[in-house]
Amino acid sequence: MRVEAKVLLGLGLFFGLMFAVYWHYSNEDAGGVMMFGGMLLGFLPGGYYYWWSRRMKPRPEDNPGATQSEGAGVVGAFPSSSIWPFTLGCGCFLMVLALVFGIWLVIPGVGLVGWAFLGGTAEGRRSGKH
Amino acid sequence: MTDVLPHPVDQVTVEHVHEDLHEEHHGPTGILKWMTSTDHKVIGMSYTVTSVIMMVIGGLFAEIIRAQLASPNAHLVSLAQYNELFTMHGSVMIYLFAGPFAFGALANIIVPLQIGAPDMAFPRLNALSYWLYLFGSLTMLSGFFTAGGAANFGWVAYAPLSNSLNTPGSGADLWIGGLLLTGFSAIFTGVNLCATIFYLRAPGMTMFRMPIFTWNLMVTAILILLAFPVLTAGLIMLYCDRHFGTHIFSVAGGGVPVLWQHIFWFWGHPEVYILALPFFGMVTEIIAVFSRKPVFGYKGMIFATLSIAALSLGVWAHHMYTTGVVLLPFFAIMSLLIAVPTGIKMFNWIGTMWRGEIWFSTAMLMAVGFLITFLIGGLTGIFLASPPLDFFTHDTYFVVAHFHSVVMALVLGAMGGLYYWGPKITGYMLNETYGKIQFWFLFIGTQVFTIPGYILGLDGMPRRIAMYPHDPQWQTLNQISTLGAILIGISTIVFVANIAYSWKKYPAGDNPWDAQTLEWFTTSPPPHHNYYRLPQIRSERPTWDYNHPGHTASPHGHHVEEESEQEVPVA
Repeated sequence: MRVEAKVLLGLGLFFGLMFAVYWHYSNEDAGGVMMFGGMLLGFLPGGYYYWWSRRMKPRPEDNPGATQSEGAGVVGAFPSSSIWPFTLGCGCFLMVLALVFGIWLVIPGVGLVGWAFLGGTAEGRRSGKH
Repeated sequence: MTDVLPHPVDQVTVEHVHEDLHEEHHGPTGILKWMTSTDHKVIGMSYTVTSVIMMVIGGLFAEIIRAQLASPNAHLVSLAQYNELFTMHGSVMIYLFAGPFAFGALANIIVPLQIGAPDMAFPRLNALSYWLYLFGSLTMLSGFFTAGGAANFGWVAYAPLSNSLNTPGSGADLWIGGLLLTGFSAIFTGVNLCATIFYLRAPGMTMFRMPIFTWNLMVTAILILLAFPVLTAGLIMLYCDRHFGTHIFSVAGGGVPVLWQHIFWFWGHPEVYILALPFFGMVTEIIAVFSRKPVFGYKGMIFATLSIAALSLGVWAHHMYTTGVVLLPFFAIMSLLIAVPTGIKMFNWIGTMWRGEIWFSTAMLMAVGFLITFLIGGLTGIFLASPPLDFFTHDTYFVVAHFHSVVMALVLGAMGGLYYWGPKITGYMLNETYGKIQFWFLFIGTQVFTIPGYILGLDGMPRRIAMYPHDPQWQTLNQISTLGAILIGISTIVFVANIAYSWKKYPAGDNPWDAQTLEWFTTSPPPHHNYYRLPQIRSERPTWDYNHPGHTASPHGHHVEEESEQEVPVA
């Protein structure tokens, strides 16, 4: 995890420096705020990963000498098919079309999104099995 | 020396991985498979097909634009239609083709394969990304079917041109809505790529053994997470200004129009690298494989990618020099600095080819074409990074030619990627003769199309005009440029013809190019959850190590004899 953490921390540090320089010399705020946000996006996950990397044993993927058998076992639950992303996408589609074609489209849109949330959650509880 | 390379014994006894996941897969078929699949390869294929269709649509707009400009007073389209065409050409190409193709299409298929993962980290989120992208594209394009026509304020939607007074009509709102959807699609893909690369690598696949393509995609994903939320927020503000009476971007209500430019370009400039970095990665892989060498300067390449990404967030206002309200020295220095890591990459690509056994397959030709075209686009970009030159050329055809050199280089890279990875994805090769014909049309067409633009721009021809003064030189140059656009169009036809001609004709086998990275170890096309077995991973090119057990090049291109003490012992 340490390399991942360092990449993010390095980006955060860079944006922090740029934020300081830009904030000091420029006379507008938007860019400074956005760079401050960039700094946080580097530091928050980067710091979390770094904190973890000091508390965990190197994973097989961090160990240059790892053999494939070290990675054997359950990696995670990967569903092979699911209709809920499509349902959720259709719901979002209708909600965006409502911006133009009439606010009533929000109702079926929210309905589909809610249905997808319920269905997808239930499917997740069965660990991706139908 | 043998310690660092896989033992012959290992090659026979590679362990089965993810065994419990390999129960026989009985999913839906046909259109239901397309609608419900969460397999990253199926989703990636959907992305590929959709984004190539978008490229053809955007290309048709481009051909109409160039046909209109072939003579000074053409009446092929009306002025209003011309505005819609160049707006939608830019929008379709940037938002709906280049971006999704870069981080949605090949990335989706290849990244999990390259790191030995069974799928993307969040398969259903991945599917959602695709649907949001598809529906977002349909939303944006549906503007053409509304009474007022599609959006017509340029792909940058500058305030106050984009407010409800200057651009009434629902085409603009559909443009905003479509971008909201595709923006969220991009953010979800970014999250997914980061999580996949951080958590699903195969044992032994350390960060500094990942292929450059995967590294670049990881950096791209981080850039997406930094940049796209800003665009989404800006679009919501723009919509509020248009419909809910807010005055964020209007002077009348105390707002600041330039704020839109800041927000837009804070997304827009990283977006350039979100588009470019994946293609840099593709080209790196292609050049290494077809030069029969490891990537030259592997770590330098990664460092260059990271520097480009970091710098790209500090250069947005070089699109805004002429507003007169930006900190010129800061942005000029940062923009010029980007040339350094990009130059490192350029030299590393040449260094990879240097003294290699170069095989000029179609993919390699496309990659070399990419280098040349990108060099032209990149060098003219350095001109534009300098404020005095930018004041002179801003909003002229010089800028148009500059970024078309860049993006056409990306198209060359994309085609190279399709020829290189197509066999892995589909199991069948594309015809090389057709491929080479396509390359020459595309490469020559690109130069014929862009180079007159540079001259026109220096001569003062503004961009985004449907008609121009009767000037014999301008007309000739525009006609040459149109000829280039026609050549590019022919290359696309040759590509489609090649797909039709080669359809299931040339079975590829697992590793037709004798390639280096992990994805060529599995079958073509890969099975459900990708790998039945994995080789020992001891360098950044595990498949090459496996297929060439006696070779002397060790990780990162050093010679084993000289640096054996630095190598990691096998556990």
